[in-house]
Amino acid sequence: MIRFIMRRALWAIPTLILVTFVVYCALRIATNPLASYARSNPRIAKQPEKMQQYIETNGLWDGPGGYVRGYFHWLGGFITGNWQPSIKGSRPVWPNLKDALINTLRLGLVASLVGITIGLSLGVFAALKPGKLRDTAVNTGALVGFSIQPFISAVLLQLLFAVQWAKWFGEPLFPTSGMYPPGHEGFDPLLMGKYMVLPVIVVSIQTIATYSRYMRGSLLDVLNSDYLRTARAKGISERRVLVKHALRNAMVPIATLIALDIGAIVGGLIITEGVFEYPGMGQYFLTASANGDFPELMPWMVVITASVIIFNLLADLTYAWLDPRIRLD
Amino acid sequence: MTSLNESLAREVVDAPTEPAALITTDAAVIAASNESLGVLTEAMSPRKMAFKRFMNHRAAVISSIGLIIIVLFVVLAPITARYGVNEAIFKSEGQNLNSNLAPSKQAWFGTDANGRDVYSRIIYGAQVSLMIGICTAALSVALGAIVGGIAGYFGGRLDDLLMRVTDIFLALPLLVTLVIIRGVLKNVSWAETVMGEASSIRFLVLMLSVVGWMAVARLVRGQVKQLKEREFIEASRALGATNKRIMIRHLLPNSIGTIMVALTFAVVGAIAAEATLSFFGYGPDAGSGETSLGLLIRDSKKAVPPNYWWLVVYPCVFFILLSLCINFIGDGLRDAVDPKMQQEVKG
Repeated sequence: MIRFIMRRALWAIPTLILVTFVVYCALRIATNPLASYARSNPRIAKQPEKMQQYIETNGLWDGPGGYVRGYFHWLGGFITGNWQPSIKGSRPVWPNLKDALINTLRLGLVASLVGITIGLSLGVFAALKPGKLRDTAVNTGALVGFSIQPFISAVLLQLLFAVQWAKWFGEPLFPTSGMYPPGHEGFDPLLMGKYMVLPVIVVSIQTIATYSRYMRGSLLDVLNSDYLRTARAKGISERRVLVKHALRNAMVPIATLIALDIGAIVGGLIITEGVFEYPGMGQYFLTASANGDFPELMPWMVVITASVIIFNLLADLTYAWLDPRIRLD
Repeated sequence: MTSLNESLAREVVDAPTEPAALITTDAAVIAASNESLGVLTEAMSPRKMAFKRFMNHRAAVISSIGLIIIVLFVVLAPITARYGVNEAIFKSEGQNLNSNLAPSKQAWFGTDANGRDVYSRIIYGAQVSLMIGICTAALSVALGAIVGGIAGYFGGRLDDLLMRVTDIFLALPLLVTLVIIRGVLKNVSWAETVMGEASSIRFLVLMLSVVGWMAVARLVRGQVKQLKEREFIEASRALGATNKRIMIRHLLPNSIGTIMVALTFAVVGAIAAEATLSFFGYGPDAGSGETSLGLLIRDSKKAVPPNYWWLVVYPCVFFILLSLCINFIGDGLRDAVDPKMQQEVKG
């Protein structure tokens, strides 16, 4: 087990380097940091020696060799904590990124908790009477959920709970954008909760749809298995069969899925955050890419790829830990 | 169908025929009763069995009808649309600009900020969106099926490379991948000659295909890897069939179901991707006098605060209905080509 973890962790490093190199080259071409810099600082752009200095300090050399050299220049700065300041406003990148990360994790974890709980319950509910009305209803509902893109549900919910609600009852039920009212200072969980209701609903629609279908399939697989027939034949009560034998085994593949999904939270709420102007990773990405802000985008990409890779490893480990039939190494 | 089968079908009076089967051809009715009798099922070709299973999926059948209606509306746009795509209806009277009118007899779904009929614009938008969806799906499925098929069949280095490359791309959020690839293609000079302007529909279709083929390739690869271990492939290889013959005569027909399912989901994926990109301002500029569902939904964002609900509800609901229809058809197809799912339900 430990050997497996070590081997996978060692593999994760070259993977991360390879991915960040590809992303580095792609972003260099896509955002064209030099042009963005010139756009943000028109006065400096007129002085060739200052521009040359910017190229040298940030490693923005041209040509294939320049990209490789520039990548290692960037990597060295990134590892030693010597991050390039953002192009727009020339601010340090980390404080913004850290806030965005915390905000996104808060929204994503709450939404996952709500969505996974409801989704799993619906999946179990459907699988207990396969082919019956409830099964059809859950299956159909899940497909409807898949068909509702997050930006569509977001716009519709904003219209209903904020604008129409205000028309009917005088004031909106839920706020539609941000995390706090403008100008708010300090930490206020209750107020924040109110701002999070609509984004959480939007994110959980997709989560519920995914997990209800997955849970239903997984539980049906277990319910049709031979070892469950054995358990019943031993004379164990149906309730005990279901809870101790069926649900536990059905949860094994689900646990992996949960691990993978948590890894994807960090970069996966872009649409929802964009519509609700929630100050998280998604909003950060949208603003940075609109500004062509290369020094802001690179650490963002590193955070989301690292998160995906780490949680991939965790998913494999959970699977091996929960299912004794799987042997690592 | 032979007369023997017909007489058999008549004999089975109390055989429980599915309601969905009743509206199909006689062959399906006979097939259904054959199956309930438990005899002569071998007389059905796999394709017929799949068709019967699809027809038993009620939601898929209803969705097919719904999609046909939508496609008819879209194809017959000159007749079904009441106004031109950019036509400002009933010119302003005095100070009234006639923009943002609530639904009425003259404009069933109301008018937008420029006084254009929302109902007609949805039809024109669906035209563009469906075209984007179908072109992208066709391209990415063709590419994905070829690459996935070859990788799955031959395995080895190529297979490893395919899996690693797609791993990287599928690990990143789709919107991020699309925004970055769009930026790269926009700034590489030779790409423009192939892809066209960054705001053109051709650019969008090609860009979505660059990303879209990977999911298809993985699906087809899995299917081919499974198939090539089967006895009939081994038998045909023992008879001296070449790789080319095995791939064209055996693997392709046997994975056509999987490919069809991938095709449906690729259509809906492309339409949704177009809408997402448009919503965040990275979408195509459908050209003067044209629009797309994504652009309509993007405009609906601005209509929320002043409560012009018709600008929000109609395009959004139409979009949901369209994706729902295609998703259900895909679901029905998947059940039809993968009978294991059906047994699960019965078990």
